[in-house]
Parts: sequence; C-alpha cells; structure tokens
Amino acid sequence: MKDVLIEVRDLVKTYRSGEEKLNALDGVSFSIERGEFVAIMGPSGSGKSTAMNMLGCLDSPTSGVYLLDGEDVSDLSGDELAHIRNVKLGFVFQGFNLLPKLTALDNVALPLLYMGVRPEERRQRAEQALERVDLTSRLHHRPNQMSGGQQQRVAIARALVGQAPVILADEPTGNLDTKTSYEIMGLLSSVNREGRTVVLVTHEPDIAAYASRVLRFKDGKIVEDVRQSPRQGEEG
Amino acid sequence: MYELLRTSVLSLWANKTRSLLTMLGVVIGVAAVIAMIAIGNGANRQMSEMMSGLGTNMIFIRAGAPRTGGVRQSAGSGARLTLDDIRAIERECWAVGAVAPQVSTPSQIICENQNWMTQVIGSTPGFFTIRNYAPQSGRLLDEEDERAASKVCVIGSTVAFELFGGLDPVGRSIRIRRIPFEVVGVLAPKGESGMGQDQDDLIVVPITTAQRRLVRSQIAGSIGAAFVQARDASMIDSAIAEMRALLRQRHRLSDDEDDDFILSNMTQMVESMQKSTQIMTLLLGVVASISLLVGGIGIMNIMLVSVTERTREIGIRMAVGARARDIRSQFLLEAVLLSMTGGIFGILLGALASFAVTHFLKWPTSVSGGAVALAAGFSCCVGIFFGLYPAWKASLLRPIDALRFD
Repeated sequence: MKDVLIEVRDLVKTYRSGEEKLNALDGVSFSIERGEFVAIMGPSGSGKSTAMNMLGCLDSPTSGVYLLDGEDVSDLSGDELAHIRNVKLGFVFQGFNLLPKLTALDNVALPLLYMGVRPEERRQRAEQALERVDLTSRLHHRPNQMSGGQQQRVAIARALVGQAPVILADEPTGNLDTKTSYEIMGLLSSVNREGRTVVLVTHEPDIAAYASRVLRFKDGKIVEDVRQSPRQGEEG
Repeated sequence: MYELLRTSVLSLWANKTRSLLTMLGVVIGVAAVIAMIAIGNGANRQMSEMMSGLGTNMIFIRAGAPRTGGVRQSAGSGARLTLDDIRAIERECWAVGAVAPQVSTPSQIICENQNWMTQVIGSTPGFFTIRNYAPQSGRLLDEEDERAASKVCVIGSTVAFELFGGLDPVGRSIRIRRIPFEVVGVLAPKGESGMGQDQDDLIVVPITTAQRRLVRSQIAGSIGAAFVQARDASMIDSAIAEMRALLRQRHRLSDDEDDDFILSNMTQMVESMQKSTQIMTLLLGVVASISLLVGGIGIMNIMLVSVTERTREIGIRMAVGARARDIRSQFLLEAVLLSMTGGIFGILLGALASFAVTHFLKWPTSVSGGAVALAAGFSCCVGIFFGLYPAWKASLLRPIDALRFD
C-alpha cells in the first residue's frame, strides 16, 4: 500500500491573452508519495512554475483534481486555501521572500502567527527551526544583514516551523553561487531524509541531481518521469 | 492581537516622515474641532452667566425718546418715567413679581484718605432680589430707609476692599459727593458679569435719597430706568402687555402716539444671543469637521499607496497562511492607529490652542469632555472609514499576483 501525499489528475490551467487561449498546463497527472524528493524540470514556458503554483495552492486550476494529503483542494475558497498553505505547505522561493522589516526569528515565526500559536511557543519553535538550519547566531538579524545563503536558510526554517508535510522549493538556488547552492541543497536533502516530502523546481541538472525522482515538463505536459539515486549532500 | 499591533506600529515606524505628515491632517482637524467647540462653549457659558447675573424673567424699562415737534431726542432725556409709574406697576400689574427702579450716577467716593470712583445706584429693596445680591455682612436697604430717605448705603465688595482694605466697613461713614453716608451692609461678591463687568463695583443707596441729594433731574421724581421681574417665565409677555397699557394710560398717550418708554425682554435678548452663539459653535464645528474629513482622505491616500508598495509583503504573508481577514485587519489597524494617534495629539493641541485663546485674546473657552470624546470617537471613525477601502483592496489580492509583484 503506497502512501500517496500528492495526487493530481488531468490538471489544466488556461491563461487567456486577448482572443488567444494558452494552456500552461494541459492535462497533467502524477502522484507523489510521502517522503519523496521530486525535482520538476523543464525549459521556461514548459508549465513547471504553473504546476508549482497549483501544488502550492497559490493559484487554482482551470479544471482537474488535486488531492493533497487525501483532501480535494481543487476548488476551495481563498481562506480555506490559506489554511492549507498554513498547515500543509512550506515555501522556499528563489528570491527568499522574507519580510525585510522583521528579524530572522519573527520571519520564521510568521506561519505560526497565522496558525494562532501563543507568542512564547512561537518564539520557542522558531528558535528550534533556526537551530535546525544552523542560524542560532542570527536570530535577531534582519534579512539585509545576512548573506543570500543565510536568508535562504531562514526561509527554509520558516517552511519547517509549522511541521508542514510538504516543502515546495521554487528555484531555491537561483540567486545563489554554486558553493552556497550545494549547501542549501544538502540542507533540503537532510530535511527530506527526516521525512518531509520535498518538491523542487529547477532547470539546473546538478541541482536536480539531489532529488530521487525527476519530472520533466514540456509544453504543459509531463514528458519524462524517472527515478534516480540522489546525490548525497555534504550537510546532514 | 498584540502581534498585529506590533506589526502595524513597526510598519508605521518604518515610514516615520510619511506617517507623521499623514497624521498631521487628523491632528489639525481634531485640534480645530476641539478649539472651535471650546470657543463656542465658552461664549455660551458666558451668556448663561450673564443670564444668571441678570436674574431671571427680567424686563428692562427705560424712559423713551419723546417727540418735540418731530425731532426725536435721545432716550431717557424726556425723563417721563417716574418713581410713581414704577410704584403703580408694582401695585397694579398682576404678572409683575418685583420692581427695581433705578437712578444712577458715577461718583467719587471718599473715605478718610482713600478715594474711589464708582457707580452709585439709587434703588428700592426690590433691586437686591431682582439682581440676586445677598448681604455678606450688615444688612440690605429696607422700606424704612426709603421712606426716610436716609443717608445710608450698601457697598459692593470691590468698593469695600478699595476703601477699607481688610477692615469691616459696616457702621463706618463714607462721603459720596461730599455728603456723608453710613455703610450699613456689604454685598456678597458676584464676580464678573458675562460682559466682563465687575458686578461688585457699586454702591446702592435708597432711591429717594439719590433723587433728593445726588441726581438732579428736570422732572421731579423721574428715574432713568427700572428692572421688572415677571412672576415666572410664562408671564413675561403678559407682564409687558400690562405695563405697556398702564404706562400709556398714565402718560395719557392717545392711540396714534408712539410709546414714550421702551420695554425690553432681557431674557429673550440673552436667549437670542445664546442661540446665535450656538449657531456659531455649530458652524465652526462643521468647518472643523471638514478639515478632519480632509485629514481622513489623506489617510486613505497614504494607505492606498502603502498597499501598493507592500503588495509583495502581502503576498508573502498570504503564502505562509494569512487569510484575507488577517490582511484586512492589519491594514485597518494601521489606519486606525494613524488617525487615533493623530486624534490624541489633536486633542492636546486643541486644548493648548483654547488655552492660548483664553490667555492672549481673553476670550472665555471651555474644553468639554464631550467635545474630547466626540473628537476621539470621530477620529477613530475616520480611521475605520477611510482605512476600510485600502484594507479591503489589499485583502482582495491573489497571493500568486502579489508574490510576483515587483
């Protein structure tokens, strides 16, 4: 019995530009089991980012079904989707997307705020999450006082703090140098080995090498689905 | 909630200059409301004080301007109002409660080595009732003094202080126009009247004494004016009618002749003055409210700019789980915080301005708790009203669009 965490069936997303209709996603179906580390690859315009937005409940599909952790989230309301994002998903973005006026600790605690966790517990859990990404010494730094790698670690801590089962990383190394990229990927690998399901969007093969499975997109469809033995990270 | 407050304060603090300038609109608006209402209230209270100083249900009678061959002379010069007229009014007019005829003359008062210029009023015992004067020490004038035209007087507390300092003047002698008078009483102080007149700077002597020794008039027994008190507020009009009829009859005026006296309803006069200050207060309040409204629009403007500027922040918050209402309350709180802080500073500034007006222009002002509460409540409402639209707009953003925004 497989433990399926993410299942999408016939997912279609259509964008309209004037008279023309563009199918960014054209009937995509796949499923991801709990504990997998999946890389989504493809050239730009292939629909991989659109797929990521769907998986992240940031956007709704035109048609199709998306089951997340057994729940159909294809047509939930905005607030219901906010709740799903809050408890089921952790985001890591290319541009880090930290709030510039908040300290690392406050940034990490943000999802807990919307979960309704009490302040003392928020602080405690945010500290633990920052400890997990080796940033204990930067608790009270603002994003602009940290390096790119450190900012991305804060973002990963933010994704971890709510105990979300799925981590969605959208080109997490796009703004980082090679060495830092490998450090971040090592961190994501170890997070994956601890039992989190990680879905990664990238167009760099050496980054995708950290995943145990690669989904390749082209023109809104999946053209390849291969399993591989993941590259082991230095961090762990 | 605390976290929400902290977030709002932080983001307002991050744009200090802008927040301050935005607040300024509300500060000025609220300050204007407070100051204007304070000035209006002050004027109103002054009117009320004037009214109570005057006594209630008052009618003022003056000898009118008689015609001498078509040329009207100044009021009072004909002097056809006599003490007997007033006595007749007291006797025959049913709606009249008390009368106080008066003749008055400014006089130099001498007491040993002190002297003082004041108004000497000749009147009847009714004067004290009508004008609400009570004795502080000694006694008031009575019927006996009037009948005997005795040389006694009652002095106001200002006169007592100027002539006698701390000593008790009762039983002592003063000279009014070189004529010695015995002080039989001192009046309890009443303070300044609504017009800013010292109501304690006067001397009262029996009207008969005044007519005989102090005021020489062309017609025997004539007086300049009299205060009449109606029995109660509802009888003012009938009292005026009765007096007019009686005086016309006594002065033998035919139907086609004008009155040779003037009756004025003091209560009505004060009331209409009061009404006009109320209208002034209202108008000032409206003008001030408009400036508050403008301040509110400033807040809305800045909040809209802020929402656009912070689209990305909104996207991030939504991505990690903020619901539409979380975003809405955050921006609403910021707007309310701005307007309320502005309101508090405005109240302080308004109170300060009112104080300055009283201090430098000598206008009476009164900062009422009601006006403060009104301004505080109003500024809060302005924040909510003008914050609602930007907050609602922010909450409508789709997370995906907000995140992509640069």
